[in-house]
Amino acid sequence: MRKMLAAVSRVLSGASQKPASRVLVASRNFANDATFEIKKCDLHRLEEGPPVTTVLTREDGLKYYRMMQTVRRMELKADQLYKQKIIRGFCHLCDGQEACCVGLEAGINPTDHLITAYRAHGFTFTRGLSVREILAELTGRKGGCAKGKGGSMHMYAKNFYGGNGIVGAQVPLGAGIALACKYNGKDEVCLTLYGDGAANQGQIFEAYNMAALWKLPCIFICENNRYGMGTSVERAAASTDYYKRGDFIPGLRVDGMDILCVREATKFAAAYCRSGKLDTSSLHACSCVGINYRTREEIQEVRSKSDPIMLLKDRMVNSNLASVEELKEIDVEVRKEIEDAAQFATADPEPPLEELGYHIYSSDPPFEVRGANQWIKFKSVS
Amino acid sequence: MAAVSGLVRRPLGEVTVRDAINQGMDEELERDEKVFLLGEEVAQYDGAYKVSRGLWKKYGDKRIIDTPISEMGFAGIAVGAAMAGLRPICEFMTFNFSMQAIDQVINSAAKTYYMSGGLQSVPIVFRGPNGASAGVAAQHSQCFAAWYGHCPGLKVVSPWNSEDAKGLIKSAIRDNNPVVVLENELMYGVPFEFPPEAQSKDFLIPIGKAKIERQGTHITVVSHSRPVGHCLEAAAVLSKEGVECEVINMRTIRPMDMETIEASVMKTNHLVTVEGGWPQFGVGAEICARIMEGISKKLVLEYSQAVVNIMYLNTYSIKRLKARSVWHFSSRKYFKSKSRKSCVQFPGCSCCSCHWC
Repeated sequence: MRKMLAAVSRVLSGASQKPASRVLVASRNFANDATFEIKKCDLHRLEEGPPVTTVLTREDGLKYYRMMQTVRRMELKADQLYKQKIIRGFCHLCDGQEACCVGLEAGINPTDHLITAYRAHGFTFTRGLSVREILAELTGRKGGCAKGKGGSMHMYAKNFYGGNGIVGAQVPLGAGIALACKYNGKDEVCLTLYGDGAANQGQIFEAYNMAALWKLPCIFICENNRYGMGTSVERAAASTDYYKRGDFIPGLRVDGMDILCVREATKFAAAYCRSGKLDTSSLHACSCVGINYRTREEIQEVRSKSDPIMLLKDRMVNSNLASVEELKEIDVEVRKEIEDAAQFATADPEPPLEELGYHIYSSDPPFEVRGANQWIKFKSVS
Repeated sequence: MAAVSGLVRRPLGEVTVRDAINQGMDEELERDEKVFLLGEEVAQYDGAYKVSRGLWKKYGDKRIIDTPISEMGFAGIAVGAAMAGLRPICEFMTFNFSMQAIDQVINSAAKTYYMSGGLQSVPIVFRGPNGASAGVAAQHSQCFAAWYGHCPGLKVVSPWNSEDAKGLIKSAIRDNNPVVVLENELMYGVPFEFPPEAQSKDFLIPIGKAKIERQGTHITVVSHSRPVGHCLEAAAVLSKEGVECEVINMRTIRPMDMETIEASVMKTNHLVTVEGGWPQFGVGAEICARIMEGISKKLVLEYSQAVVNIMYLNTYSIKRLKARSVWHFSSRKYFKSKSRKSCVQFPGCSCCSCHWC
């Protein structure tokens, strides 16, 4: 009886607590913005770099927090689905690297362009697609953004060119998009991302050369997570100063775990490109993520010290931009959103077999495609 | 623009393949602001083989771009520009060098429309000389028709004469898909009669349609690019001996026009394929494989008269037809009745006087 009473009283007090805390949050006065110091970037062929202090507004802070948390939850959910074999094939995750995708998006306009390699889910989200479409694409369902035909590495959105499977191939593509920006004269820039592993590809240096020669508005960004596939950077690169490897292209070394640092560096690079003062620039963001090649101790250390979401959360709470409860609410909402999306991604049907031959050619009249033998035909519609 | 060749006086109405390609590109550059040309030596040098002569003077640096010797880089740049909405013409000095960039052609250009579920098209043209030239040795003589013709998502054309060259390059530029145009260096300087319709700025040759260059009844000879000329010469010689060859100029490698080839083979019962590429896994190998498999269903429906001569059906396909048992092989009754009976003539059967080989 006593136990029951105790339980009942706990429940009642618990029930009354929530509304009270909500009332508390609503009535508390938050600061509108706060100034933070950020790490100075190492410079290559630049007199000045991005500013060392920046202002973060409450609105922006909440937005970045929500976006980073969404990317984190989405990637963890993808991980879970992958382990359950609901997602098959490739699934390159960027949990831990959220500051890069959200920070870069914060530094450019929606009319700017972005292209990256296969660790693309975060960028697909920040460039405008919904979690539902992304997870459904990962599970290969027809509700996916590429109708289930592209998968993890081939997701496209407006001004977002994927999602590219071949290591390094996206870099000349990005320079080409920058060429189109310059050709059209619209003052847009193209962010071209690649990893520390791809940084050793020859075609990247060809792209650097032509971008600098033709003064293309292209920002080359190396996301350094210290491992190219399974090989650590010390064993793969003669020079691990990736921001200097553009040689004649000015460069910045940026702390990739700090979203504000990434944002400021991106703004700086984009402004530089747009002003015509300097036509290409190279950013190099260090971030730490990845399992399998690292020791357990290494992972624990990074998780406890450099989690970009924790860094932002601590900053916001300590500067009275938001409360812990408020951020927790955002967590709960995000979790629900991801759960719904995962539910959709698991339940949606796969694309029908009749559509196997669709989208081979663009803008062409329908035609027949040969299947596994001469009597099996698929219709192909553009 | 016909006068661009300038230096050598030609009979009126004759245009070299080089000038035809030049005309085609010039007209498309003029028609659409988004079209531009990039490649090695295309601008200030007027083209390594002078194919782009005069274009840089007319259109300037923005639209005719000299690149460094970086095929993988500039092919990737061209593909990226196409993804962002421009319509590049990417010239390879020869297609042998396209091997440096083949990842961009296949993985970045050809496959993207499919992998994006129809969201991202890549309206790009890759052009340049293909195949053997005069004594340039193995590394500079490979024919890439079979390699590029293998890949879905890509269109591959191979012009022979001036009319082909102009019509196909214009169709390729206007096409919203990646198109590989396999020219031939030894054909650049060869003049051909230019029919009046080819003078028009909207003269297009449809991609995917072959042309019967010479009608014949005894043997079908299928070819593409420069060997078409050899086939016509051979046909002239054979004609004196009483053998009439039907010479088909494929014009397009992918999508291949099998209907024209099949119709011709049904007429002549004999087939020779002629190409500049290696035989194993080549263009001719594909044509032979498809002919050996049997005529397409569409052709059966259209050529009811020829259906009676079903000597082309091999045993396996005949068995399949029996299983389906839809067709009654009688030319007159074909469209009227579909009974379960099928009268098929096996090779060597005495029911008809047809012979397989």
